[in-house]
Amino acid sequence: MKTFFQPLRRVTQLLLLSAVVSTNVAVAQPTQTNTLSVSAAFEFTSLDPSKNGFVYSRMQILETLVDVDENGLLLPALAKNWQVSDDAKTWTFELRGNVHFHDGSLMDADAVVNSLTIAQSKHGALKKAPIDSIRAEGSNKVKITLSSPYTLLGAVLANYANGILSPDAYGKDGDVLALSATGPYQLYQFSPPHKLVVEKFEDYWGKKASIPYASYLTGHRAESRVLQARSGQADIVFGLAPASLPSLKRLPNLDIHSNPIPRTIVLKLNSGHPFMKDVNARKALSLAINRQGIAKGILRVPGSEADQLLPASMSNWHLANVTSKTEAEAGTPESLLASLGWKKNSNGMLERDGEQFHLTIITYADRPELTTVATAIQAQWQAIGIDTKVEVTNSSAIPMGHQDGSLEVALIARNYGFIADPLGVMLSDFGSNGGGDWGAMNWNNKALSADLMALEETSDPATYKNIAQRSAQIIFDERPMIPVSSYVQQTSVNKRVKGFHFDPFERSYFLNDMEFVK
Amino acid sequence: MKAMLLKRALQLITVVWGVGTLTFILMRSLPGDMAYRIAASRYGQDNVDSNAAALVREELKLDQSPLAAYFHWLTDLLQFKLGDSLVSGLPVRDAVEHMLGHSLVLALAGLMVSVVIAVPFGLLSAWRGNPFDAIIMSLSSVIRAMPVFVLGVLFILLFALHWNWFPVAGFGTPAHLVLPAVTLALSLAAVSNRVVRDSAKRTFAAAFYQFSKVKGLSNWQTFRQHGVRNIAVPVVAFFGIQLVSMIEGIVMIESLFSWPGIGHGLAHAIFARDIPVIQGAALVMGVLFVLLNTLVDVICLWIDPRGAKTL
Repeated sequence: MKTFFQPLRRVTQLLLLSAVVSTNVAVAQPTQTNTLSVSAAFEFTSLDPSKNGFVYSRMQILETLVDVDENGLLLPALAKNWQVSDDAKTWTFELRGNVHFHDGSLMDADAVVNSLTIAQSKHGALKKAPIDSIRAEGSNKVKITLSSPYTLLGAVLANYANGILSPDAYGKDGDVLALSATGPYQLYQFSPPHKLVVEKFEDYWGKKASIPYASYLTGHRAESRVLQARSGQADIVFGLAPASLPSLKRLPNLDIHSNPIPRTIVLKLNSGHPFMKDVNARKALSLAINRQGIAKGILRVPGSEADQLLPASMSNWHLANVTSKTEAEAGTPESLLASLGWKKNSNGMLERDGEQFHLTIITYADRPELTTVATAIQAQWQAIGIDTKVEVTNSSAIPMGHQDGSLEVALIARNYGFIADPLGVMLSDFGSNGGGDWGAMNWNNKALSADLMALEETSDPATYKNIAQRSAQIIFDERPMIPVSSYVQQTSVNKRVKGFHFDPFERSYFLNDMEFVK
Repeated sequence: MKAMLLKRALQLITVVWGVGTLTFILMRSLPGDMAYRIAASRYGQDNVDSNAAALVREELKLDQSPLAAYFHWLTDLLQFKLGDSLVSGLPVRDAVEHMLGHSLVLALAGLMVSVVIAVPFGLLSAWRGNPFDAIIMSLSSVIRAMPVFVLGVLFILLFALHWNWFPVAGFGTPAHLVLPAVTLALSLAAVSNRVVRDSAKRTFAAAFYQFSKVKGLSNWQTFRQHGVRNIAVPVVAFFGIQLVSMIEGIVMIESLFSWPGIGHGLAHAIFARDIPVIQGAALVMGVLFVLLNTLVDVICLWIDPRGAKTL
């Protein structure tokens, strides 16, 4: 009997001991009660801000020199103020004092110059900026000299790829080895590609976080994100499928937020294609799309239909006098195509000189709604006699198809807020001759190119608006790209969290503004 | 036994070379431009353009001839270097360890639970006969016919939403493992309980089994001394096959429960044309298959030493 009980007693002792140890450890570890859990669709694989910085900036690990408010206006962040010289070619940033990196070191001008120089050598918006030099002036000033005036610089510096890291965070060749940045949260656990845990940073210079830990979990499937919201496993769930909203709204423990974001579903057209060369053909394609039906029936967000690339919130670029009827004044799709010589054959499909009107739409599966919208447009174009094919591929097929000229039509979700000033994206989409990888294709409009170049150097708000409006009008009239619908971000927030607010530029989740309801 | 292990060691080397070479050729012959694919995975859909692709092409020297790239890979392999991921720049070894570790945990947990379900039910079916047998067989047919993600969603609805016992998805704590493991186990047990049942039925009906009863052994003694070993050989072999196919084949479960396993990771690496990760994962899996098969053979040999001559 004794021999039987002895090992049993030892096991019991061990169990008790491990229970005591684990409760002690539990105080300093993320648990469900002290961790705010966020669930969203996007994976991350690398620590490098130029690659996955959007996740680190949203989780508030990474910060930039300049911040932007919900209207895209620049706000001080790591730089407390900045001056632009009269010729608009020299920008001097005065850094905030007493800012600690997560590794304990102090941020100074040398650290900022180091980070920006490395960011400039990598893929991103800073590489394209006309920068001559980035230099430290003393310990708290950074001077950026440009070869030509560039009003976008502030917005470009606010991009996640230009986050400031401690000099010790970089290895040779500028590889990022650790994410020692300056945000209110620091990296606690990094398990790519799915899970990230951040811990409150006690030495933060601004508003300190109240919630000790926050986690980010990639939920690939919209269905499983909805279930995480329902069960309370995730406190905040981004990117909810609109179809799931009615049932989620009925749950007493959830608040649902619907926020428009400057992202638009757009058709990129090859304007050099023999069938789409004429502006009337592009107008016919646009008129044949039932935007309201797509917004209501597929995206389930009535009112999200879009006639213009940029939403009304970006008033410089949005034409106030354009309605859904403006384009219809040109005629019907059928009459416009008939005027170009297209006639229906015995199968009801359009033909001209013995050639059938055939188009291939390519799109990608990263955003599940794109494939369904593409098939809806396919049906709507088939109805006016255009033989349409849909191919679902990888997002990289769009810049590739643009470059090798094989692209006919692409359905894309374009983020006009990628740089907080839409001019950044407009320049790369329409600025150079022939358009851009994600913008116009084989379409030249010298007036528009000149206008966009002029905007790079325009700082007077009234002149800026005038030129931007003129540009928007050209794009609307010429239809090198056809907008279909704008995006509304659907988010669920568990009632145990208060203080949630949404950043339309999706730069921050504002975790440090949130608290648990006691 | 020694000869078998030697044969398996040789097999291992051929598998490593064969799998590596085959994945290399297959990946290189896929349509589409690698530089663009890698750039899309690196920088995300909002930030991929021809500049990014050009940068990737230059950095990774994608312009070099396939033959040069192949020999580069082969010499690295001989030094046991798996290289770095083309997308993240992190060592492939870490990525494979992370993914395969999670897959193995899930597969082993699933297999163990499935053994606990399949063995008693299979034996009972064989022992009791109809109507119990018929009921269990139809039930397992129904479960087997259901796609595994339907089963998973049903469990989530019941245990995560209705009763709130387990988390819906994710990983990191033992509670996260329960639902994916049970889902996996049920779909596995639905097949393996038939194997147990058939093997047991065959043994129970065998002449030697009847004889041992006739000579006066009790039911339990007969089962223990003459049943267990005879039933076990095909069952252990089948569980081995199940484990092997599971490690690569649980993509649906991994995706549904946000489990960072190798099936899911491999699928993403293929979309991204992340050749070192694909090769690393395929290599480790190839090695694992040979090792698991060897292990199963050794166990079967230990259970039934008569098979030694045929191996």
